[in-house]
Amino acid sequence: MSDAHALEHHEPVTSTGVPNKKILMWAFLGSDCMFFGTLISTHLIYRKISATVNGNYLDIRDIFDIELTSFSTFILLASSLFMALAVSAIHKGNLSSTRWMLLGTIIFGSIFLACQVYEFTHFVHGKENASGDLEHQLTLSSYAGKSDEPGRDAELKPHVFGSTFFVLTGTHGTHVAIGVFWLLGWLVYSFTGRMSKADAMDIECCGLYWHFVDIVWIIIFPVVYLMEYAF
Amino acid sequence: MATESVKYVAPESETKLESKVFPRPGQHTTGIIDWLTTIDHKKIGFMYGMAALCFLIIGGIQALLIRSQLWDHNMDVLTNRQYNQMFTMHGTTMVFLVIMPLSAAFFNFVMPLQIGARDVAFPRMNTLSLWCFLAGGIILNLSWFFTGGSPAIGWFGYAPLTDTRFAEVIGDMGPDFWIFSLQILGIASLLASFNFITTIINMRAPGMTMMRLPVFTWMTLIVSFLLILAMPAIAIALAELMFDRQYGTNFFDFLEGGKPHFWQHLFWIFGHPEVYILILPAMGIVSEVIPVFSRKPLFGYGLIVFSGGIIGFMGFAVWSHHMYTTGMGVVATSAFSILTMLIAIPTGVKIFNWIGTMWGGRIIFKTPMLFALGFITMFMIGGFTGIMHSSVPVDAQHQDTYFVVAHFHYVLIGGALFGLYAGFYFWLPKLTGKILSDKIGKLVFTLMFIGFNMTFFPMHYLGMIGQPRRTHSYNEGHGFETWNQIATVGAFILGVGVFIGFVQFIHAFRSKKLKPAGKNPWDARTLEWTLSSPVKEYNFARTPIVKTRDQAWENNYGPSDKHSEKEPLDDHGVHMPDRSWTPLVTGIGLLVLALGLLFSRTVNEAGDLDRNYLPAITGGIIFIIGVIMWAIEGPGGYHLFPKEDEE
Repeated sequence: MSDAHALEHHEPVTSTGVPNKKILMWAFLGSDCMFFGTLISTHLIYRKISATVNGNYLDIRDIFDIELTSFSTFILLASSLFMALAVSAIHKGNLSSTRWMLLGTIIFGSIFLACQVYEFTHFVHGKENASGDLEHQLTLSSYAGKSDEPGRDAELKPHVFGSTFFVLTGTHGTHVAIGVFWLLGWLVYSFTGRMSKADAMDIECCGLYWHFVDIVWIIIFPVVYLMEYAF
Repeated sequence: MATESVKYVAPESETKLESKVFPRPGQHTTGIIDWLTTIDHKKIGFMYGMAALCFLIIGGIQALLIRSQLWDHNMDVLTNRQYNQMFTMHGTTMVFLVIMPLSAAFFNFVMPLQIGARDVAFPRMNTLSLWCFLAGGIILNLSWFFTGGSPAIGWFGYAPLTDTRFAEVIGDMGPDFWIFSLQILGIASLLASFNFITTIINMRAPGMTMMRLPVFTWMTLIVSFLLILAMPAIAIALAELMFDRQYGTNFFDFLEGGKPHFWQHLFWIFGHPEVYILILPAMGIVSEVIPVFSRKPLFGYGLIVFSGGIIGFMGFAVWSHHMYTTGMGVVATSAFSILTMLIAIPTGVKIFNWIGTMWGGRIIFKTPMLFALGFITMFMIGGFTGIMHSSVPVDAQHQDTYFVVAHFHYVLIGGALFGLYAGFYFWLPKLTGKILSDKIGKLVFTLMFIGFNMTFFPMHYLGMIGQPRRTHSYNEGHGFETWNQIATVGAFILGVGVFIGFVQFIHAFRSKKLKPAGKNPWDARTLEWTLSSPVKEYNFARTPIVKTRDQAWENNYGPSDKHSEKEPLDDHGVHMPDRSWTPLVTGIGLLVLALGLLFSRTVNEAGDLDRNYLPAITGGIIFIIGVIMWAIEGPGGYHLFPKEDEE
């Protein structure tokens, strides 16, 4: 029994014909749906019943930068295109193309994350109005509307919108970040000389995860951002 | 077919596969390292079971303290706060550290054998689930030693009592320990469920169709689906609570826009499926035991499986029956009431099918059967009081009285625990290779049955005459004393029974004097009973080719065309994976991460908030190292060539 023969990668026979890891990824994504479902429900429930808290009326449109978020949404969708191309490339055994497509996914995912970080820091910091005072801030626990008078920053008052918004989009961003690290791992692995067509199934599982994270954002963007402009 | 002519190679002269990067502990690992690095589902099941039994003793002592406090009016065995801590820890321990891990123990040990597999789909992830369970138990019980002591918030942690603003003790960390412990336990359950789902769907032996699966395996599958859909709800609820307590968000803070009522919704969206998660494994065990000890096949197999599925599915639709008195409005409250009544139907179907199994059979009254019969009768009583609760006006009287305590202990002890004990007595011979003393088993059953009923039956009455739950003491003049004293005596009898059982189980492993069990001491029906006791490390010498349900029975009593066959061994023999350190490393990383986050917020001498994330980051790094090692360590392993009948 030679060692080379012993190390040969056996695809174990499965009852469904689908590899075990893929079923694992689907089961995980099913439970992840419940995670995000709970978070999105939390946000939706609080959105209407807590619009006014202690007389503190929140108009989130003053805070949102919908152009930036639309841009980052487009970027995340484009990253999914790169991911699909990476999966296609590894199926064909084209290592060079796989590397480029993985890199594209990583870069676009990172741009999305950078836009989120920018967005979060600007929401927390607030905007400067004409007199140089800070207004329209959103933090984890509070919201500040318009500044009452020149020379005074708008007052931060407790609100629940920041809680639900940051925890929901932050959880999504964490999922994206984990995906980026996973992809970076694959990118590094692709330079070790050990990557081949046999890894296609694993890259596919990574692709399932990435597409899921993208689909969750496709739900979050209208439900959290766009809805504020319509209802 | 050609491989049958290959010369038999003794297991010791196996072919070694070198692992790619790190050497994984190999075939001849023994002692503590074997236990720390094992990925064998049988050993993992054993460890789950042993740890859970230890937590049963701990949770039981907490119960006995509660019962002592309630012996007479206005006693001082425990202070008010200690009493609240006691029922919180008792409930949390029993639900998350006893019943769920005991179910996991049986899922782990029995299910792969029942489907003809050599292990679960992801053996290392299986080990990680075990370490996460232990980490969760450690974190919860560490709470005793820190500011505020253990949580005193009830096992359900209702907001706004969990708000830091209402802490009885300044800087009370109890709820934080509770939060992080439950999060890690949630990870353990999720990982295990992914494993079991993949194993059952994908690793069945040839011919083992879904409708030939033993009912216990079906219940494993259904419970795993329930877990992966229910645990996220509580994980998010706990995360939101953590954010409220540690980072100032307002999810449940009513003064700042949050709704405490929302916590109840999130908790019970998890909590109700959770009680079905607690009972379905025991129902699966009972569905295995009753046919064996009635010498008859299970009546209405398809209906029992289908009912289990319906119970699981509908379990997600009834959560607010825990919230009837919270003012949700007539429409919502009525809807939940109707759905709760409907869910009794599939449960009743199961009971009738078990009775139908016994009808016309030849009943063997050995210990497993006694516990199974105890399950059916006691669970029925608990089910009747449950149906009483489903009516809203009636529940308005029951809510927060001892009547509810009686109900859920009947379904949880009389139901789940008795079912699990039936499983112990049924399967321990397979695990240990020895027959346990039936006399002592019957003694354990008798003590547990009498003690349990003495404790909890009076609580129906006590609840009806007005004794409230979760109350440290009661005054004279209500007439509570007599039945409370009877209940306390009963609790101690139950404790003695549990303790004797515990000793008997440990003795079964270590004794040299018990008779060997052989392959099938009960003349049972399913695949695990075709294997030797204890089971060999590779489970099956040859993968069975299944022809029918209840294959072991058909092999012994059925026509020859229904007998199972065996798949020939291919050139490589049986590939056994090496053990691995990575689940332990990853688990330790998670433990340190959780503790780091727990302690990340401290108040310094000046009274200001200090945040120190270094321990948490360290834990995170250990976790990431574990994951990377996991990904690159390679399968390693060795090959075995057992003889065809060496199983």
